Amino acid sequence: MLNIKNLKAQIEEIKILNGINLSVNAGEVHAIMGPNGSGKSTLASVIAGKEDYEVTDGEIEFESEDLLDLAVEERSNKGIFLSFQYPVEIPGISVSNFMKTCINERRKQQGLDPMPATDLLKLMREKMELLNINSGYLSRNMNEGFSGGEKKRNEIFQLAMLNPKLSILDETDSGLDIDALKIVANGVNKLRTENNATIVITHYQRLLDYIVPDFVHVLYNGKIVKSGGKELAYELEEKGYDWITKK
Amino acid sequence: MSENLKKIEKITSSKYKYGFITNIKEDRVPNGLNRNIVKTISKIKNEPQWLLDWRLKAFSHWEKMKEPKWQNLNYPEIDFQDLCYYSAPKEKKKLKSLDEVDPELLKTYKKLGIPLDEQKMLAGVAVDAVFDSVSIVTTFKETLKKAGVIFCPFSEAVQKYPELIKKYIGKVVPYTDNYYAALNSAVFSDGSFVYIPKNTRCPMELSTYFRINAANTGQFERTLIIAEDNSYVSYLEGCTAPMRDENQLHAAVVELITMDNAEIKYSTVQNWYPGDEKGVGGVFNFVTKRGICHKNAKISWTQVETGSAVTWKYPSCILKGDNSIGEFFSVAITNNFQQADTGTKMVHLGKNSKSTIIAKGICAGKSNGSYRGLVRINKGATNSRNFSQCDSLLMGDKCGSHTFPYIEVKNNSSQVEHEATTSKIGEDQIFYCNQRGIDTESAIALIVNGYCKDVLDQLPMEFAVEAKKLLEISLEGSVG
Repeated sequence: MLNIKNLKAQIEEIKILNGINLSVNAGEVHAIMGPNGSGKSTLASVIAGKEDYEVTDGEIEFESEDLLDLAVEERSNKGIFLSFQYPVEIPGISVSNFMKTCINERRKQQGLDPMPATDLLKLMREKMELLNINSGYLSRNMNEGFSGGEKKRNEIFQLAMLNPKLSILDETDSGLDIDALKIVANGVNKLRTENNATIVITHYQRLLDYIVPDFVHVLYNGKIVKSGGKELAYELEEKGYDWITKK
Repeated sequence: MSENLKKIEKITSSKYKYGFITNIKEDRVPNGLNRNIVKTISKIKNEPQWLLDWRLKAFSHWEKMKEPKWQNLNYPEIDFQDLCYYSAPKEKKKLKSLDEVDPELLKTYKKLGIPLDEQKMLAGVAVDAVFDSVSIVTTFKETLKKAGVIFCPFSEAVQKYPELIKKYIGKVVPYTDNYYAALNSAVFSDGSFVYIPKNTRCPMELSTYFRINAANTGQFERTLIIAEDNSYVSYLEGCTAPMRDENQLHAAVVELITMDNAEIKYSTVQNWYPGDEKGVGGVFNFVTKRGICHKNAKISWTQVETGSAVTWKYPSCILKGDNSIGEFFSVAITNNFQQADTGTKMVHLGKNSKSTIIAKGICAGKSNGSYRGLVRINKGATNSRNFSQCDSLLMGDKCGSHTFPYIEVKNNSSQVEHEATTSKIGEDQIFYCNQRGIDTESAIALIVNGYCKDVLDQLPMEFAVEAKKLLEISLEGSVG
């Protein structure tokens, strides 16, 4: 599904990614771990297409198509979803209004008419149930006055609504207490199928108890320095990143 | 009458003998402004002597005044002697079908979601039988008549209800008020008159009807709305559809009178021609709008300002009665080379009077937007309250936004709050929307709509929808 070859990227002359190679197939969950500043979030942003980063070398293919030429919204409409580490507020725009816009923009790209309001509401109710979200939520403004946990849950709600092929969860566990973490992880697990894939970016092994990865990669200085199965995460937890970075 | 005045009178009237004034069928007076022009206008309109006298007093006063320069606006000197002060509503050349209409205009209509028949009407296409505007108007008139509501052109009201006009004209905005109000008082062409009798709730929004009849009210519009005790009216002025007008200078006056326990909700959508993207052309809009609230009365001004090259406008409330309420909700968008200096005045005279100001400015391109607002709480207005919130949203780095709040409080039991923010549309917000599949133009529209929500929510339903789309259109191409 996703093929990254020798990806190098920088921001204002500062090199952050120094040759990433990563291959993700449908049905897989990949965890990307690494210390602060290793380039985890940059990798997520570059896949999503954030313009602040300049790709200087390498390629990203998504479903055999060159991703680097596509605009952010085009990548999204191809089925790439990024759950933000810091979801932004959009004052005055309700969650339901925002979702309606997202869904209908997508349908417009596909040459479809806007989704009838009743269908949309039904779909939203269904996904809210999946994530234990109560009913007042839809009329709240996007992330405005949301707690850390509510913001992350809102990300996963959007993920559920948009049903992407590839989900990238950027530090979804940060700022969550254990109950919120379980709800979020549970939601992600329910959304997993053989046809979609997930990349989980995290500092800690904790989240991986709930979202069990098939592969774990350690990112350091903009490179994947070690890959393995889920047991690698436990080893990291036990020995710390020094174990790898000092080699 | 003094000798001098008599002489003047004689000279001026003798001049008219040979002048244009005899030829009242002429639909246009010569350029320039003098007593004769004022007399001519009054004569064409068959006005009573007292109104002509009032116009002339206004004119004399105007002659002594100087054009204000304090506003934060830059525009070339207006030569007031080079303008034409009266031209009869011109019968527009009727077009046979929409095919003959400027495609750009049609594109905008379509984006605004204006029904086809109405598009035809706005564009001046002969309307077929399907859209029988005459019968709609008749139905409206019947309904209003039953309720005892008077709603007619100002000039018609002068003929039919002279006692009401005489009683109220210039009582809220005297001709001495300011330069443009004096000018308007001298030469006003036409406008609207609304009278809501006691204990009456106007049975409909005075909007749809108005839209149908909005054309050709002229450049010096004058509106007077009187709401008697315990009455209510919601009035919508303007049109979301683009208004192309050959007149560059517009100076309107609006007066609202709200008697005890009455309420007037006055909404404006202003979409005059703003000039092109190079800053050429466009309407100069200098408006004086003011309302007076008696006991327990309420006035709510809501405005969405997207048009005009230059806007100078401060809809105000005089909160005379105890427990009266004034509200001002405003969205002002400037793009390209547009300039706006707009805001409000809330003058608290009555006890326990309350006012709320929510002003949202959005600046894009090389435009300049200013909020200017006065909150004055007089000594007797004990326990009064004001809340003001002025936000500006900047798009790009070539526009400017300014806030000039004036606050005067003369007693110590009142409370005034002022909040102001200036922000830029965040790259982060746009990236977030993009990532969800929304393109940048739609993302900006979404963010701007959210930003203006508090104000748009105040508009009557059908116009709120159009106004949202209008905001999008006004900001089109503002993303670099």
